[in-house]
Amino acid sequence: MIDSEDRVIKKPQLPSSPNIKLHETSLSRVMILLVFVSLLLITGFTLTHLDTANVQLNAAVKELTSTLHQMFLQPSTGSDGLGELLQGLGMSLLISIMTTIIGAVFGFFFAVLASKNLTNVYLGTIIRVVMAVVRAIPTIIWALIFSIVCGLGSTAAILGLSFHSVAYLTKAYSESIEGIDKSTIESLEVTGSKFWVIVFQAIWPTIMASFVSWTFIRLEINFANAIAVGAAAGAGGIGYQLFVASGMSFDFHEVGFIVYLIILVTFLLEFIAVKIRHFYLDR
Amino acid sequence: MQSSAKYLTRKGWYQTAIIAIIGGTYILGSWILNFDNLSGLMAVPRAFGWLGINFQPTAKSVEYLPKIWQKLMQTVLLAISSTVVAAIISIFVALIGSKVTGINGFVQLIVRGIASFFRNIPLVAWSMILLFSFKQSDFTGFLALLLMSIGFLIRAFMEIIEDEASETMLALKATGASYFQVIFQAVLPQILPSVLSWILYMIENNVRDATLVGILTGTGIGFIFDLYYKSFRFDAAGMTVLSIIIVVIGLELISNQIRKVIL
Repeated sequence: MIDSEDRVIKKPQLPSSPNIKLHETSLSRVMILLVFVSLLLITGFTLTHLDTANVQLNAAVKELTSTLHQMFLQPSTGSDGLGELLQGLGMSLLISIMTTIIGAVFGFFFAVLASKNLTNVYLGTIIRVVMAVVRAIPTIIWALIFSIVCGLGSTAAILGLSFHSVAYLTKAYSESIEGIDKSTIESLEVTGSKFWVIVFQAIWPTIMASFVSWTFIRLEINFANAIAVGAAAGAGGIGYQLFVASGMSFDFHEVGFIVYLIILVTFLLEFIAVKIRHFYLDR
Repeated sequence: MQSSAKYLTRKGWYQTAIIAIIGGTYILGSWILNFDNLSGLMAVPRAFGWLGINFQPTAKSVEYLPKIWQKLMQTVLLAISSTVVAAIISIFVALIGSKVTGINGFVQLIVRGIASFFRNIPLVAWSMILLFSFKQSDFTGFLALLLMSIGFLIRAFMEIIEDEASETMLALKATGASYFQVIFQAVLPQILPSVLSWILYMIENNVRDATLVGILTGTGIGFIFDLYYKSFRFDAAGMTVLSIIIVVIGLELISNQIRKVIL
């Protein structure tokens, strides 16, 4: 009560310093600066120590231009023929759709079990750590490992891609589940609902939109991965034909045609994803 | 008005139809691809058993460790430098191509087209085309990762600029600031944390992708894994995978910490 008088009657103060502080120094600003500087230093170091195998830049660029010219301006079906290429494309697309379905189903169950607001901490942590390890191993290595156990072919590709999809989607879904308002879950809990009733009546409808959009993002990633796996592990699909045309027969006209086909499919996938996302967001 | 019973029946039919379509696609797919679900499922424990026996690091595989780490560090450095160079290029392209800071509609359309084009050409195609003219060297791997990252980062940066910077920009424009003042005093400082977050994500991603590029172009960690794997030195291959896991998770942890501070 006594010192309140001081607060009420404040003496007018002149602005003390003439220079206005434009930027407040905070931990975040220092951190950003620090990270950028170290990244630039690393880049500088790497670029000056890069092993270029004494490539003649002029000649290489000229060769690249002529290759790109062959690819994009004179595409042709090459020795494989249109039918076989379309078959390979369909195979890659089917592999990516199937692995996305597997990833979505298993990913959702693991995500429910791993979310902090639904289950106990220990189970959640174990699933999280396992998924982080699975995600750290590149898809191509998974496919190579499975190709030894079940032989070269689509089975190895599907299993290899599924592993990474499940781990990726588990993380994505569990992040959206954890974003749910606590009251939604509590209001069902007080009615005495069982665990899976809560999951399917409260959580599933709430995360539907983000579930759909994450799943379609994964579908696009899986299509790219299916091509990569086909090329590097010989696991079927258009990736293998792409690898043969560009690395063995050097038929860049065919490479161009395959690239056009792939771009067409990715545009189509993106278009469908946008349509379906709008459909779910509008409901 | 719709009765609740009718609504629930319709909802039930609707859900059944969606599940039937997805399940049908799956069954049709496994039939076309000759994918035997049961033996596929059985292959998973067998694969892990095989991994447990063959990938076990032995006393001998420790000898490979210095070489593996050297290649792995080289790969990480390559991933970082390609991401940083791609980010520097993409930030300028994104500035002239975004809806709020862009020059005009025509340029925006071209930038969007280029970004989507670079993004959608598969990494395999980039690696193989570049391998043909730039030969087997780290530079080829660098270029393949660079071109792929540019496509992703241009789109990401444009979305960041459109989401985060438009209000700040408007405020500064109202004071009569010039275009470059607006860019350097409002837009860039505003988007910097998000940009950094995307760069960190891209680095993680590029370390993983570098394995694929390495297998195809014969550089870095991908090459050394492929070499050990195809010459049946599985203990060394297991060591390589273990090193990749440690480095990728380490990078993820570091960037999560950085994100916590900056965002």
